[in-house]
Amino acid sequence: MLNSKIPAGALDQKWVDYKGHCKLVNPANKRKLEVIVVGTGLAGASAAASLGELGYKVKAFCFQDSPRRAHSIAAQGGINAAKNYQNDGDSVFRLFYDTIKGGDYRAREANVHRLAEVSVNIIDQCVAQGVPFAREYGGLLNNRSFGGTQVKRTFYAAGQTGQQLLIGAYQALERQVALGNVHQYTRHEMLDVVMVDGKARGIIARDLVTGKLERHFGHAVLLCTGGYGNVFYLSTNAMGSNVTAIWKAHKKGAYFGNPCFTQIHPTCIPVTGDHQSKLTLMSESLRNDGRIWVPKQKDDPRKANDIPEEERDYYLERRYPAFGNLVPRDVASRAAKERCDAGYGVGTTKQAVYLDFKFNLINKYGKAEANKHGIENPDTETLIRLGKEVVKEEYGNLFDMYEKITGENPYEVPMRIYPAVHYTMGGLWVDYELMTNIPGLYALGEANFSDHGANRLGASALMQGLADGYFVIPYTIGNYLADDIATKPIPTTHEAFEQTEKAVAERINKLMSIKGDTTVETYHKRLGKIMWEKCGMARNAQGLKEAIAEIQQLKKEFWSNVRIPGTIEEMNPELDKAGRVADFIELGELMCQDALNRNESCGGHFREESQTEEGEAKRDDDNFAYVSAWEYKGESAWELHKEALTFEVAKLTQRSYK
Amino acid sequence: MEHYLMNLTLKVWRQANSNAKGKFETFKVKDISSEMSFLEMIDVLNEQMIREGHDPIAFDHDCREGICGMCSMYIDGRPHGPWHANTVCQLHMRAYKDGDTIVIEPWRANAFPVIKDLMVDRSAFDRIIQAGGYVSVNTGSPVDANATPIQKDNADAAFAAAACIGCGACVAACKNSSAMLFVSAKVSHLALLPQGNPERKSRVTNMIAQMDKEGFGSCTNTGACEAVCPKEIKMSNIARLNNEYLVAGLTIDK
Ligand SMILES: Cc1cc2nc3c(=O)[nH]c(=O)nc-3n(C[C@H](O)[C@H](O)[C@H](O)COP(=O)(O)OP(=O)(O)OC[C@H]3O[C@@H](n4cnc5c(N)ncnc54)[C@H](O)[C@@H]3O)c2cc1C
Ligand code: SF4
Ligand code: FES
Repeated sequence: MLNSKIPAGALDQKWVDYKGHCKLVNPANKRKLEVIVVGTGLAGASAAASLGELGYKVKAFCFQDSPRRAHSIAAQGGINAAKNYQNDGDSVFRLFYDTIKGGDYRAREANVHRLAEVSVNIIDQCVAQGVPFAREYGGLLNNRSFGGTQVKRTFYAAGQTGQQLLIGAYQALERQVALGNVHQYTRHEMLDVVMVDGKARGIIARDLVTGKLERHFGHAVLLCTGGYGNVFYLSTNAMGSNVTAIWKAHKKGAYFGNPCFTQIHPTCIPVTGDHQSKLTLMSESLRNDGRIWVPKQKDDPRKANDIPEEERDYYLERRYPAFGNLVPRDVASRAAKERCDAGYGVGTTKQAVYLDFKFNLINKYGKAEANKHGIENPDTETLIRLGKEVVKEEYGNLFDMYEKITGENPYEVPMRIYPAVHYTMGGLWVDYELMTNIPGLYALGEANFSDHGANRLGASALMQGLADGYFVIPYTIGNYLADDIATKPIPTTHEAFEQTEKAVAERINKLMSIKGDTTVETYHKRLGKIMWEKCGMARNAQGLKEAIAEIQQLKKEFWSNVRIPGTIEEMNPELDKAGRVADFIELGELMCQDALNRNESCGGHFREESQTEEGEAKRDDDNFAYVSAWEYKGESAWELHKEALTFEVAKLTQRSYK
Repeated sequence: MEHYLMNLTLKVWRQANSNAKGKFETFKVKDISSEMSFLEMIDVLNEQMIREGHDPIAFDHDCREGICGMCSMYIDGRPHGPWHANTVCQLHMRAYKDGDTIVIEPWRANAFPVIKDLMVDRSAFDRIIQAGGYVSVNTGSPVDANATPIQKDNADAAFAAAACIGCGACVAACKNSSAMLFVSAKVSHLALLPQGNPERKSRVTNMIAQMDKEGFGSCTNTGACEAVCPKEIKMSNIARLNNEYLVAGLTIDK
């Protein structure tokens, strides 16, 4: 059933061959073809702009008040590309291999290789748009290293890389809006896919200002709606990030790929209390310059700076000498949890470890600056002062953010950090062309499952979002639409639109009519707690079974007792949130099902039943080298389809970062 | 940091929609932790209001990390509240003490009509960008990224201008509701880079024309915008914009 449509031929020729042979749509016909793009993050904005440039008639949707606010804006650290500007041995092959290995051999080789190939074009494109990446004094682009790799291939703009990339894509999009090729719909939320004769032919969207439902036709529909980490309630995602768009598609028949693959990021600001509404990331790039440690003594009451060097346990450097503080995220997160669970955590909650910049402030940056300025025998204070200036330029905004949130100055005292939900590798199952199993329905960016396997390496989501939008979809959509040029726009009075809109309206009415006594937020928090405890950093069969039962119970309570204030036909953020939380609840159950099925540890998915004697993750390639693609079969029922993963080039080994 | 609890009085602007008349309403909140963010404090109030059967306060927010530019509250006469170089989502309650009264209003400007309570419509900013805030380059195969070296100082200055989050605090702070700081940030970002050069003149001319059309006021150099900008966009960008505009006016070629 599942056809991934991977082209034949050698790995490094597949994309070249595909582009050489895919069907094209001539310019006159493009103008007759309408494409709906839901989402204006890196994936959606780049796709909408590029398709507009090609001449398609595009409609772009986002729920925020402007396309520029999509959550891609918050990405901090950087974007990978195999430019090898540093002459340190990087290549397309190496980026491909690192990504496959980083994903713990649960991604498709062909997709990942294509990603590495187009990575170089992305940087060229962004620079041409005026994206102000960091530069060296000679005027050329600078790079930094990022977790899980040994080369410097990450392009960045201080700690605001996502912002700068998104502004680039947003500007390209606004240019197309000005030219009339793209029509943009802000403060609109897509609430269902409209299917005609088995193909995706439009959407039902709600204008969030008036509360009215709208029908929109498209020859094809692209879902670029981001990740669903907020199923855990607390995550580094924006408050509005949701699963609704892809969940509706899933319920219309689109398979959900690897739903349980969640990335827990090791370096986030810890939770302070029940009032916490979200968690804030401190970019992984900080691990280049910060050293992670906990006291050697349990429950050490001293302040961090009072603990002498020899009484600190730099546990990552100790356990993983080859990669040290730069081990991949999943490894770093579990190691932090292990130390805290064992009683070595720091801070008031004891659920935190230190990320300390002092050593590198002095030894790396301070000394280099002193040398540059010809200062001989500088004292520590001078070194710290000089080092601070460099660190400020690299991460100033992150340090400021940390201080605003915690009230502590990270130049003086080590940061306190703890892992938090950050990214979802899972998403709608798509083939090589980024099409779901529903003809004409595509998923791009974090919304699809495609390129990161069981664990995403840092700086590769921005790369994937832009690869999908700028360089992949413009080709692959033509291959589909070339056969559709004779299809006239379907009037939105068609019964499929009528019925879908009716179902959407009924659901909204039902939510509003419950009039119970418990707020949406309360249910969301309860769901998050179940997910974090039982489908979080470590999972086991018993916990997952309990979680499924608890979520089913939660769903019942939600649908009989939720309280939503206000009315439908007005701006009503609580109603918007209720719809999203209802979808998260259903998704949570599927995630637990998927985690239960996958009785192996791989990447971000750590099954306690499957570990080595040293407590490291143990993958099971004989039984689980597949993508789980779940088909919706009605309430609490799914059928599992397996896409076998075959590796022609990569050699499957247990990852070792020792 | 020492953590403490506080009780507060909030005077909040309520307005059902853009046509309705608004008014202030007063609320009490109890046991607010100094570790909460300002928006988490509003969350507490809203939860309380929903439980008591009232309509919660509508406000814009999304990232809660100071980067998306969505949050927008005018607090005690200052956009984004009392802290320097800050967005309201990053304002934390340790800025306040027990017994304080806080007045919260939406951005006020003709070009930013109120949608509901503290939410305003800032789509005028998108239309200003549509007028020319971009480099006209299609997706394809531009030259290699390192083919054009850019002097680090210029690149850094372009980045500093590009850091604008489009929040509109500058407009809200200005007695004329001028959008000059926002427009100058974009004009400067692109004027400082070789990529932006070919369209320098038309860009500044068209963006200014659109800004006027949207009903933003003129700039009288009071500096209120710079003082509240969460991203520390400098007034020197306005000087650069004026210069660009002058040159474009003298030599406009299209
Ligand atoms: C704090 C943080 C830091 C990160 N740092 C990095 C980094 O340094 N490097 C890296 O490579 N990756 C990073 N990532 C990951 C990366 O930023 C994201 O994976 C990526 O930007 C997602 O882009 P996207 O276009 O898929 O989705 P998003 O940018 O999330 O956009 C989603 C869009 O969909 C719209 N939308 C959603 N649902 C609906 C609906 N129902 N109807 C209408 N519109 C809808 C939204 O309005 C929005 O426009 C980071 C992520 C976070 C959270
Ligand atoms: S210039 Fe500053 S205040 Fe104005 S929109 Fe940009 S970031 Fe906000
Ligand atoms: S909510 Fe994004 S900047 Fe405040």
